[in-house]
Amino acid sequence: MNNEETVKDLDKVNSELSEAQSDEQSDQYLTFFMAGEEFGVDILAVQEIRGWEPITAIPNAPSQVLGFTNLRGTVAPIIDLRRCFGVESASYGSATVVIIISVETATGEKIMGIVVDAVSDVYNFSKSNIQPSPELSQTKQAQYVKGLGSTDDKMVILLELTEQLIADSDVVVDRQLSVG
Amino acid sequence: MSVDLSQFHQVFFEESYEGLDVMESALLNIDLSEIDDETINEIFRAAHSIKGGSGTFGFKEIAEFTHVVETLLDLIRSDQFEMKSDHVDLFLRSVDCIRTMINQLENGISCDMEVADELKALFTTLLDGESAEGAGSSAEGADSNDADSAAATKTHDSQSGAEGWEIYFKPELDILRTGNDPVRMFRELSELGELSVIAVTDEIPSISDIDPEACYMAWNLTLFGRATKEQVNEVFEWVVDDSELVITPLILQSEPLDEPVTLTNEDLVVDESDATNEFEGKKTSDGKSSTTKKAVAKKDVKSESASIRVGTDKIDDLINMVGELVITQSMLSELGKEFSIENMPKLMEGLEQMSMHTRELQENVMRIRMLPISFAFSRFPRLVHDMSKNLNKKVELVLLGEQTELDKTVMERIGDPLVHLVRNSLDHGLELPEKRLALGKDEMGKITLNAFHQGGNIIIQIIDDGAGLNKEKILSKAIENGLVLASDHLSDDQINDLIFLPGFSTAEAVTDISGRGVGMDVVRRNIQELNGSVEVESTEGEGSIFTIRLPLTLAILDGQLISVGEQVYIFPLVSIVESIQTLDQMIHRVSGGCDVLRLRNEYIPIVKLWDVFNVKPKHETVENGLLVIVEGDNIKIAVLVDDLLGQQQVVIKSIRENYRPVHGISGATILGDGTVSLILDISGLIKLAGVGRDTYKKISDDNDTEAA
Repeated sequence: MNNEETVKDLDKVNSELSEAQSDEQSDQYLTFFMAGEEFGVDILAVQEIRGWEPITAIPNAPSQVLGFTNLRGTVAPIIDLRRCFGVESASYGSATVVIIISVETATGEKIMGIVVDAVSDVYNFSKSNIQPSPELSQTKQAQYVKGLGSTDDKMVILLELTEQLIADSDVVVDRQLSVG
Repeated sequence: MSVDLSQFHQVFFEESYEGLDVMESALLNIDLSEIDDETINEIFRAAHSIKGGSGTFGFKEIAEFTHVVETLLDLIRSDQFEMKSDHVDLFLRSVDCIRTMINQLENGISCDMEVADELKALFTTLLDGESAEGAGSSAEGADSNDADSAAATKTHDSQSGAEGWEIYFKPELDILRTGNDPVRMFRELSELGELSVIAVTDEIPSISDIDPEACYMAWNLTLFGRATKEQVNEVFEWVVDDSELVITPLILQSEPLDEPVTLTNEDLVVDESDATNEFEGKKTSDGKSSTTKKAVAKKDVKSESASIRVGTDKIDDLINMVGELVITQSMLSELGKEFSIENMPKLMEGLEQMSMHTRELQENVMRIRMLPISFAFSRFPRLVHDMSKNLNKKVELVLLGEQTELDKTVMERIGDPLVHLVRNSLDHGLELPEKRLALGKDEMGKITLNAFHQGGNIIIQIIDDGAGLNKEKILSKAIENGLVLASDHLSDDQINDLIFLPGFSTAEAVTDISGRGVGMDVVRRNIQELNGSVEVESTEGEGSIFTIRLPLTLAILDGQLISVGEQVYIFPLVSIVESIQTLDQMIHRVSGGCDVLRLRNEYIPIVKLWDVFNVKPKHETVENGLLVIVEGDNIKIAVLVDDLLGQQQVVIKSIRENYRPVHGISGATILGDGTVSLILDISGLIKLAGVGRDTYKKISDDNDTEAA
């Protein structure tokens, strides 16, 4: 039962998604909940929203990379945002939602999935409504944050979609790797 | 009416390359003692298409150069010029030159005209001699088309056009059907100067006989102005072969200096008929804009062509199979709508059919990527021709198994190693003719390229009947270079194998062709990157055989599935030497925490996959698990795994595409249950485990990042 509802939800969100994408005038963000906070990703980067599927662990991968999943024949990494932001991990099951995004990198467009608790809504943010997040700028989490978007009474953390998502989170480890 | 022609450029480049290949192979096939008309025609046609195409697309450097080549070819064709072997070489050099020019254009660099100008000068000298002769011999000059167009190229430079031109133009009836509109041509002409047009309507039939799509008219045109003859010719470029065209210089002192030119070429077909649409691009300005000539680096950028030509029969097969698949699918979905258990056999049958079709489909799709190896072999006749001349050796090249099919990607990447091996055989292997005679061999050396299938592999052999490898020389050189110790005892095979080590060359003098000390190691590395191997057999005094073994395709791999904990990994089957269950006494612990396996007097380091990959295994110790002995970069390691699962063919998926290279992993695949499984990269694994820090380490360093 529960499963069916999730599927319906996904259908609904997916159709909203395509509507929103057709309107190219404004900066739109798809928002989702994770650990009680509302996050947003640029809607043009979103490919689709899927349910949870089994994944294959990658040897010696950075901690936030959970593994590979089979995306209709394409092998794509799945990122756990909780670990990016240092939030305690939750267990994943049939109700977990994966947002498939495409990320521009130096080596071309990469498709990856981010695990979230639930998809929320689609918001418009004009440039003036997005502020940088100074208080975060010193910490390592800051590299995942593009800025803070505000609408009425809500604040949404907007994600920066870069190669950082699959990079080694720990700088020291990174250096060791490149030497070895 | 301007059409964006740049969208057709790629097609033009590809066609031109094909044309050049045709020219090249035809040139190499010419038997000078008895020149076959058809061969010359073939070369001529290829040159003509390139000229026409480059004219249309505004690549005037190529068009001009090809025109000169074509002129000489035409003379040869009409038996007015005797072809000699240095002419063949001249043509071959021109083919190279055109290829370079096209390559430069393709890469957006302006053409380097240095070589072209030099060759052009050579052609012009030849043509000059000939046209003088031709004028002398054929006093009437009735068919002086060729000499005349040669003359035209000269006059083109010396006297930039007459006062104007009188043109008689009578197109064939079909001209309108081929998309060539005379009105458009006249408009072109009128841009060159003042134009008066008088239509000749004599041949228009009575109204009842008129075919509305035919063109019965002819025209007398007079063009006043300083246009060059080339410019005028260009306007009619696409129709000249099917029309009657007479261009006479308009001299105001009513005394004609030049013979009229009749251009009629029956055997040439204009096949790109809509090309008259745009000539703006090639309005020639005589100034040569090659100021950047020297600045352009003479870099022959290799662009692997992204498109592939597939026979229609292959496509038809595919369509057929997809059709059947769709039928089976609809049958199954019909069955699924109201399913009852009685229909079970039907369902099984349907699924069976479906899996059969899918398998066939897969095989056929794979076949699309397969090309006959003649694509890779085709460059060798030329290479051998040039090199043997250079080295003063007499060589016969034999190509066998040219129809053997090979994956396109493998084909593109095997070319360079093959060239290297053939060069080596020519340079080091074959002896000079005198020496061969002294040794009682045939003066003519023989190099054989042989390709055939063996199991799931393709084997390419390069066989020469030359001197063979000099084992003593190799050994002493290897000792000198510190690659082996003088005290080492090596078998013959091991000695032969030394030539594949980095930094090895026995050539006494570094020649232009080979012997720079880089080479065979690169050859071996390139082949290994393709999951292949290369080895050499040699008998001193009788020759050597280089054998390259390659997988048929890079897209599919025979894999051995293994499990560690919950993870399933795949070993490439070719890298597995054996798999064993161990006995305690076979394991030795070396200080530093590394276990080694003693197997038939060989010590093999044990790599614990769970440890290296940081996963939770079922069995942590060697005693309970299985050891898979694999080999990569000439190092053997024994990999500890929990269990051996099945063997199966897997389709390789890139993990780099959406992720980044992973140490020890060469790619991924999707298993039958839809989960992703990782394919192990043996050399990467060896490096990751920190095994084998010796001479080979360097190679594996370079290798492992390439594999994904």
